[in-house]
Amino acid sequence: MIIHALAFYMFAAIAVASGVMVVASRNPVHSVLFLILAFFNAAGLFVLMGAEFLAMILVIVYVGAVAVLFLFVVMMLDINFVELRSGFLQYLPIGATIGIILLVELILVVGTWAALPVSATPVGEPTAPLAGMTNTEQLGMLIYTKYIYLFQGAGMVLLVAMIGAIVLTLRQREGVKRQRISRQVGRSVAESVAVVKVEPRSGV
Amino acid sequence: MLEIGLAHYLVVAAILFTIGIFGIFLNRKNVIIILMSIELILLAVNINLVAFSWQLKDLVGQIFAMFVLTVAAAEAAIGLAILVVYFRNRGSIAVEDINVMKG
Repeated sequence: MIIHALAFYMFAAIAVASGVMVVASRNPVHSVLFLILAFFNAAGLFVLMGAEFLAMILVIVYVGAVAVLFLFVVMMLDINFVELRSGFLQYLPIGATIGIILLVELILVVGTWAALPVSATPVGEPTAPLAGMTNTEQLGMLIYTKYIYLFQGAGMVLLVAMIGAIVLTLRQREGVKRQRISRQVGRSVAESVAVVKVEPRSGV
Repeated sequence: MLEIGLAHYLVVAAILFTIGIFGIFLNRKNVIIILMSIELILLAVNINLVAFSWQLKDLVGQIFAMFVLTVAAAEAAIGLAILVVYFRNRGSIAVEDINVMKG
């Protein structure tokens, strides 16, 4: 139990600290790296709660795909990030006010929920974990049976996102020489050979 | 204190959520940091879902968290694609320059 508590506090502290650094970091590349750290620690929290499959998905999808995508975009765009931060202190008071109000409200919600354990009884019929199976097997048993349409819908969302990203960023550049096979094959003598009458001592 | 319950996880998620909202306000000019803040917010929501799934012994929370992950990945891809196209057209990603539609 002590190990569990220690692990929880370590993961939670690092996750929150790196979340703060994501927001407050001066260099966007550092922000992305702290985002990766935050996701790793959130994955640790997931493992503590027994959701191993989601933890691994978090590491693979976020650290492997989304964070690297962010990294590429940050490094690809040639932007003066110092200028973008110029209004930083100007927005600090309003941001802090709204953040503190939100945090107090959320903690009130959690406190109320913890103080009234009666409301902890689930409203619907719970989908209990199946006995003698790992977390991944249990999730598979549910996703491929009861939630198959949602699963297919999620795949459709990803497909549309992929096509959308390609359509948005694909462009035809001007002035790039490409091979056009149809024009090469369709070439005739009349348009490719010209007989020029050259005057003596004048050159072409 | 040593007994880690649901409330501990919910508090962590609430703090992360607040940091995300705070980041949107703090970096009003930088779209990339705003997108990262949105990722933090979605992460906090996922922690909430998994925590309730763990506490109530109900697997549906984890399945829902997986769909949230899917949508978050799609959103990041599309958002960054729009950002790249915008930068290509305007040479800047400052939020206050995005006023072509006068919305």
